[in-house]
Amino acid sequence: MSREAVLATIRRSLGRGPLPPDQTAMLLGRLACHPRGLIPARSRLPRPEQIALFVRSVEKEYGTVERLADLAAVPGAIADYLARQNLPTDLVVGPHPELLALPWSERPLLRLHTGRAEATDIVGVQQAFAAVAETGTLMLPSAPVRPTTLNLLVETEIILLRASRIVGAYEEAWDLLRAAQQDGETARFMPRNVMLVTGPSRSADIEQTLELGAHGPRRLHIVLIEDDAAPSGET
Amino acid sequence: MLPNSPAFKKNASAALADAGLQRALERTKPHFQHRRAAAVAALPEFEELREIGREIKDHTLENLDFYLETWAENVAKAGGEVHWCATAADAREAVLGICRGVGAKVVTKGKSMISEEIGINDFLEANGITPVETDLGEYIIQLGHEPPSHIIAPAFHLNREDWEARFRAAHRDLPADRVFHERHDILTEARDELRQRFLAADVGITGANFLIAETGSSVIVTNEGNGDLTQTLPKVHIVLASIEKMLPTLEDASVLLRLLARSATGQDFSVYTTFSTGPRRPGDLDGPEQYHVVLLDNGRSAMLGTEFQDMLRCIRCSACMNHCPVFGVVGGHAYGWVYPGPMGAVLTPALIGVDKAGHLPNASTFCGRCESVCPMKIPLPGMMRHWREREFERHLGPPFVRRNLALWAWLARRPGIYRLATRAAALALGLAGRRHGRFRRLPLAGGWTAGRDLPAPEGETFFSRYRRQGRSGR
Repeated sequence: MSREAVLATIRRSLGRGPLPPDQTAMLLGRLACHPRGLIPARSRLPRPEQIALFVRSVEKEYGTVERLADLAAVPGAIADYLARQNLPTDLVVGPHPELLALPWSERPLLRLHTGRAEATDIVGVQQAFAAVAETGTLMLPSAPVRPTTLNLLVETEIILLRASRIVGAYEEAWDLLRAAQQDGETARFMPRNVMLVTGPSRSADIEQTLELGAHGPRRLHIVLIEDDAAPSGET
Repeated sequence: MLPNSPAFKKNASAALADAGLQRALERTKPHFQHRRAAAVAALPEFEELREIGREIKDHTLENLDFYLETWAENVAKAGGEVHWCATAADAREAVLGICRGVGAKVVTKGKSMISEEIGINDFLEANGITPVETDLGEYIIQLGHEPPSHIIAPAFHLNREDWEARFRAAHRDLPADRVFHERHDILTEARDELRQRFLAADVGITGANFLIAETGSSVIVTNEGNGDLTQTLPKVHIVLASIEKMLPTLEDASVLLRLLARSATGQDFSVYTTFSTGPRRPGDLDGPEQYHVVLLDNGRSAMLGTEFQDMLRCIRCSACMNHCPVFGVVGGHAYGWVYPGPMGAVLTPALIGVDKAGHLPNASTFCGRCESVCPMKIPLPGMMRHWREREFERHLGPPFVRRNLALWAWLARRPGIYRLATRAAALALGLAGRRHGRFRRLPLAGGWTAGRDLPAPEGETFFSRYRRQGRSGR
């Protein structure tokens, strides 16, 4: 009822009726091939420099990055980071297979439980699907193995990211998402929630002065695994 | 929110005399302008992106019916529901219906200008539902029972002592003698207070910066993360969005996102850019069980095909007001409704009528800075001029202004008399101002000379000098 009224006013204002079939076909074609706009030159770099741009961009936005040679070193690096920051050693860890496979038992002081985050959780560990060098942005699509609350409720968010999952521009990250989640039957690739995260939570509402840790995490710490090869297509 | 725009002149005078507001404006203006300039300078492709962004929005508006229908189909496929609303009243009823459907008592809210436009807070409260603003700036103005004074910095007009006073008055369960040593202490108190509200809410309402036809998604952009908590924790997520938020694809959104944060806060990218598509999926450990979009028209579809269509490209970045010399001295409340500054001066008459908002397009010096910084290249001064014309045609201006405009038009159409009159005026003013070279006061122009001097003419008009010197300019 309202729907028809709104659509009718739009068509009347544009001085036409419903679109002719050839125009509709053209628009459907544009949606299907989703053309890219302009991709800024700043991220068109050789791999090592692209990864360096990512790290620099994260740090510019008050995030921190620790580069590690392999996954086996992750629990130790996390334990040391928490000790340096004087943070508790209770962790809520996302149920992603990559996180569950880490050799946590080598650091018995870390007490962890897996699942979504609750308001009482202080430190969380989340796996990143991909990242964008252009602005130091993490791509965190929701999934049973990547609950959204882990990005929001903890005070300190630790992210596990493989260097091979860093791309230059947002458009390349969308392509990774399309390739990973394309369901042959419905062609629906979009998860319920995709968060693009650039640095820790902040607000400048009090006298236009930047303060970190508004509602989301106060600290964003990225553990970057140097598996430097071209980006792969897995989740 | 009831429009107070007819009182613009009174509001503006009060704003000029408000010392606290003037302090806030002095602090805010350079902050926004410098940060934007630095962000734009760091991206050499910015100008080209503006052009592409404009093309994307124009293309979308020309085919808006197609994209809205495609988007709505994709929302349904993802398990969400679209509520088409022609008017603000329809939208209020839709929101209330959803809230009642789940027996909601507390509703948390992310920042949304549409929610201000439809006045949802007062309406929910009148119906026994408590709305809680969770954006820090929106929260403090809700505590003060006042509207936002800026579209992205709603509480920029408040100073630190205002925050402390309002927190002491509102958070009575905390020790009365607590000390706020730094701004961070204010932030921490708000974080703790609002965390409890997030967890208690039955429904979360957010706005939308964009809607994506390709995927049926809504997009919000925040720095605090409040919008994400608002839409993740409660059982129900309601998105308030107007029809012109539409974009075809994720690639199109990527172009506009490169423009939005740089134009708004001067960030390269906001902290949280979140794409939401339907409710919780099988196996998900969190997320809302229901996803609704209340889609509002409220007069926008009637702007298509008119000289005001370009206004529908607006992405609400606030660059126009951050660079406006008028907004820069009177602030946002003077404009009397939801949208202040140059974008408000164009949009408000379209949404509430030029009879109520006629002062706003007149409150411009036509300096053109708003258009020059607008990421969507909206010809704001040109459209303000259109509103002035409509106001004049409909005999809405005050008789004094109309009489003088008519006199001016009569004179301007008679070059001989015009030159004679200007020659006489230049001569008289030139003679009278010979000694000081400027006037501190002029009869009938006391308001104008109160803030500045009028330089005295040299006794000759442009035309006579032009004739004397010829085209060579010697």
